[in-house]
Amino acid sequence: MLKIRIIPCLDVKDGRVVKGVNFVGLRDAGDPVEAAIRYDAEGADELCFLDISASRENRRTLFDLVSRTAECCFMPLTVGGGVRGEKDVEALLRAGADKVSFNTAAVHDIRCVEHSANRFGNQCIVVAIDAKSVGPSEWQIYTHGGSQATGIDAVKFARQAEESGAGEILLTSMDSDGTQTGFDLELTRTIAETVTIPVIASGGVGQLQHLVEGVTLGKASAVLAASIFHFGTYSIQEAKQFMADAGVSVRIT
Amino acid sequence: MSQTVIVDYNSGNLHSAHKAFVKLGEKVANSEIKLTSDPDIVAKADRIVLPGVGSFRDCRFALAERGLDEAIISAVNGRGIPFFGICVGMQLMASIGYEHGRTEGFNWVPGEVKPLKRQYKEMKIPHMGWNELNDVSEHPIFSGVEEGTDVYFVHSYQLEAENDAHCIASTDYGGRITAAVGFENRVGLQFHPEKSQSAGLQIIANFLAWKPN
Repeated sequence: MLKIRIIPCLDVKDGRVVKGVNFVGLRDAGDPVEAAIRYDAEGADELCFLDISASRENRRTLFDLVSRTAECCFMPLTVGGGVRGEKDVEALLRAGADKVSFNTAAVHDIRCVEHSANRFGNQCIVVAIDAKSVGPSEWQIYTHGGSQATGIDAVKFARQAEESGAGEILLTSMDSDGTQTGFDLELTRTIAETVTIPVIASGGVGQLQHLVEGVTLGKASAVLAASIFHFGTYSIQEAKQFMADAGVSVRIT
Repeated sequence: MSQTVIVDYNSGNLHSAHKAFVKLGEKVANSEIKLTSDPDIVAKADRIVLPGVGSFRDCRFALAERGLDEAIISAVNGRGIPFFGICVGMQLMASIGYEHGRTEGFNWVPGEVKPLKRQYKEMKIPHMGWNELNDVSEHPIFSGVEEGTDVYFVHSYQLEAENDAHCIASTDYGGRITAAVGFENRVGLQFHPEKSQSAGLQIIANFLAWKPN
């Protein structure tokens, strides 16, 4: 039986973890590679790096850390943030990423997804959708960290991403993100039931029950969280055990 | 020192596979790992690894364009060196693939590569994530790998082997799916050992140490 994936996400800026991680025994709480090694050992099912570096120049540090991570973590690694087109995808795959995530560039022109999927395969192209509620059962795509409205319907865009060859959708609710009150379950379920590709639920996890709900009520194939893992609130193992006890099929290592 | 060649035909992400083999190559098997697109080097290799990303057809054509298919076939059929196919690299071992049109494979494992069928409404395609290995055979490649071990899959097509004896491990996704095939000096994995943490590294180490009769 296919397992529900648990994906810790690290926000990275200029090659460093934003805000740091709070694990016992880490030599350098700001080094994404050390955090990745810890998550690997804890049995995370995948890893996600989201680069929020302000300048293009600092992206070299991203390639370096992707490469160092790929040398020691033999698990799927998704990298996103500032990905503009095929060249960026190629550079990240060459560094050792397994999947590359498009966000703003896909909203501006979905053809970057199509071209990259044709060239590198659907399985390595993720489309990250940041959606905000604009009315009952209605969500719109926002860019630039949720600050810019686009007027594009999120459900329609998800379908378009699938048709363009995305292998997966990383869905973040801008209403829930950072609130620790749980995923936007209606949004997650609506998108998950619209597309046939896997949907990763993201944004708002504060308790382990939220992870369970993302799967049972949100119908997500995978759940992504950042702060509950970084701050040591829960380990990946604890999260998995909790989900297993709630009847969700997870990989126990 | 023997040479294990990872065939690079520019399909994209061979790098995580390369890194996993490099990690184990020298340590486990005194084997130098070489990423190459040179058919002469492939033809002389002691072991061949064929990763695959993209469609069956694209991979087959990309190999043919560079003369790599002939180099692989002559080394594997002619000299009997060990072959390891990953994902589409495994699917190419079949007779025919139907992704992006009908394309002939290496015809080592009689069978066809067909799209996964959605058996229920919630079933997602691609089959992406960790799933169990079932019917794990006694094959040396699975030494130390237990029945029920989770490994990482990403695929939308699957190899349907005509002869069940060629299927050396299966998994369950809307029914029984071929997870690995084996025939003489050739093995192929539908899943990604390079992304399957310790179980995957064990399988790679087993391949590097494998001496088929």
